[in-house]
Amino acid sequence: MSSTSSAIEVHGLLKSYPNHVAVAGIDLEVKSGEIFALLGPNGAGKTTTVEILEGYRSRDGGSISVLGVDPANTDLRAWRDRIGIVLQSTKDAADLTVEEAISHFAGYYSNPKDVDQVITAVGLSEKRKAKGEQLSGGQRRRLDVALGILGNPELLFLDEPTTGFDPEARRAFWDLIRQLKNDGTTILMTTHYLDEAEALADRLAVMTNGKILEVSTPALLGGRARAKARVSWSENGKSNLELTDSPTQFVNQLSSRIDGEIQDLSVTRPNLEDIYLEMIGEKV
Amino acid sequence: MSQSKLPSALKIGISRGFLEVKQFMRQRESVVFTLLFPVLLLLIFGSVFKDEIAPGVTFSQYFVAGMIASGLVNTGFQQLAITIPMERDDGTLKRLRGTPAPASSYFIGKIILVFVSMSIQVILLLIFGVLLYGIALPSDSAHWITFIWVMLLGLISSTLLGIAFSSVPKSGRGASAVVSPIVIILQFFSGVFFVFTQLPSWMQNFAAIFPLKWLTQGMRAVFLPDSFAAQEVAGSWELGKIALFLGIWSIAGFFLALKTFRWEK
Repeated sequence: MSSTSSAIEVHGLLKSYPNHVAVAGIDLEVKSGEIFALLGPNGAGKTTTVEILEGYRSRDGGSISVLGVDPANTDLRAWRDRIGIVLQSTKDAADLTVEEAISHFAGYYSNPKDVDQVITAVGLSEKRKAKGEQLSGGQRRRLDVALGILGNPELLFLDEPTTGFDPEARRAFWDLIRQLKNDGTTILMTTHYLDEAEALADRLAVMTNGKILEVSTPALLGGRARAKARVSWSENGKSNLELTDSPTQFVNQLSSRIDGEIQDLSVTRPNLEDIYLEMIGEKV
Repeated sequence: MSQSKLPSALKIGISRGFLEVKQFMRQRESVVFTLLFPVLLLLIFGSVFKDEIAPGVTFSQYFVAGMIASGLVNTGFQQLAITIPMERDDGTLKRLRGTPAPASSYFIGKIILVFVSMSIQVILLLIFGVLLYGIALPSDSAHWITFIWVMLLGLISSTLLGIAFSSVPKSGRGASAVVSPIVIILQFFSGVFFVFTQLPSWMQNFAAIFPLKWLTQGMRAVFLPDSFAAQEVAGSWELGKIALFLGIWSIAGFFLALKTFRWEK
C-alpha cells in the first residue's frame, strides 16, 4: 500500500487544445479511501482532467501524482495494475459473453478478483452467458464496472457511471460503489446526477470552464448549510413564499394567524442541485 | 500492493489471439467473406479462363498461386487496416490502453488471428485447387521450405503494414473505402488476375515496389513447374530478391507500425 494519505494530488494542471483551454490550472486532492465526485456542466473539463489522471492524455503544465506516480513518465504497466477505469460509454466486446469478457481481462492483472465473485457483485449472474450486444444499457454499464474493478484496483475512476440507468439499477449500483469503498478502494467519479454525488461522495468539486469553483462536502457546498429555508403556503387562494433563517418560528406565527390546517404548507432547504445550478450560473 | 507478478506481454498476447479468433469466427459475414471469397474467385476465374498460359500450365494454376499471395495481403494488410480503426472507434483500444496489457500484446493477438485465418484460407484454396484444377502440390522439401518462408515473410510484412496503415483512415466507417481500392489495384498490377509478364512494363515496375508482386512470384515458384521460371520477367524465380524485398518491407512495417500506431481517434 502506498504510504501517502492522498491517492491523487494535482497542482496547477493545465491543458489547452488549439481553440480553447480545457483545464486552466487546477489543484485537486483525493484522499486515500474516499469517494470524490467531480461535478460540472458538459465542456467544463471534467473528462479531460480525469483522462489526464488516467494516463490517456498528456498535459501542458502542472504536476500530478496518482498513487505516487506521474502517469506521464513511468512504467505504466505496473501502475495500471493498481488502477481501474470505467470509461464513459463503451460498445466494444459486443460479441463476447459477460463471462468470457471478464475471464479474459482477468488474465491481464497480477492479482485479479475471482471472476464469479465479480459477476455476482455487479449483479450479472443471470446474464453471464449473454453477449455484450444483448445487454441493456444498465447491464452493459455494470459489465464496464466489472472490468474496471477486476484487477483489485487501489484507485477506481468512474466516468458518468449511471447514465441511462433506471432508478432501481442506480440504487443497486450505489450499493456496489459503497461496498468497494468499504473494501478500501479510493474512487474518483464524475457525474451529472447531483443526487448521486450526494448519496455517494465524501467530498466533491464543482468545475466550470476549466476551473474548480469549490471543493467541499455535499452538505456544505455553496454555503448550503447556511442557506435560508423556503416556506411556502397558500392563503385566500394565493400562494406565498418566505425565505427565512428560522422556519420553525415562522411556521408557528403562521399557525397562530391561520385557523386549522395551513394550505399547501412546505418547508424546504435548497437541495444540492439548486446550489449547484446557482454556482454554475444557471437560474433555478 | 500485490505480491504476484504481472503476466508477460506474450502471455496476454496469446490469450488475445485466442479471443480474436473466437470473435472473428462469431462474425459470420467476415468469416464467409474472408475465408471463402478467395475460393469463390478461384471458381469464377477458373471457369472463365481455361487456356494454358504455358505448356502444361493452366491459368487456374497460375491463379491459385496468385490467390494465396493476395490472401496474405487481404487478411493481413486489408483486414487489419480496416478493423483496427473500427476497434479504435468502438473503444476496444481505449479499454486495452487502460489495462496493464502493453501494445505488443495487442499486436501479437493480431498476428495470431492473421495466421489462423490465413492457414484456413490456404488449406481451402489448395483443396479446391487440387480437386478442381489439378494443381500439383510440391513433392520435395525444397519447395515446401520456400512455401514456408514466403508465407512467413508475407504474413509478417502484411500484418505490420496493416497495423501501420490503420492510422490512415480517420474512422472505422470510412476505412474500407480507403483501404480496399489500394489492395484491388495492387492485385491487378501484381499479376494476380492477369499474367504478370503480359502487363505493361510501367505497371510491372510500379508493382515491383510493393510486396504483393514478390509474394505472387514466390508462390508461383512453389506451385508452378520449374519450367515456368523461364517465363518470368527475369527468366528465373528470383528467390533471393523476393526474400530481400519482403524482408525490407517487414522491417519498414515494424518501424512504421511502432511509429504511427494510434490508440485513439
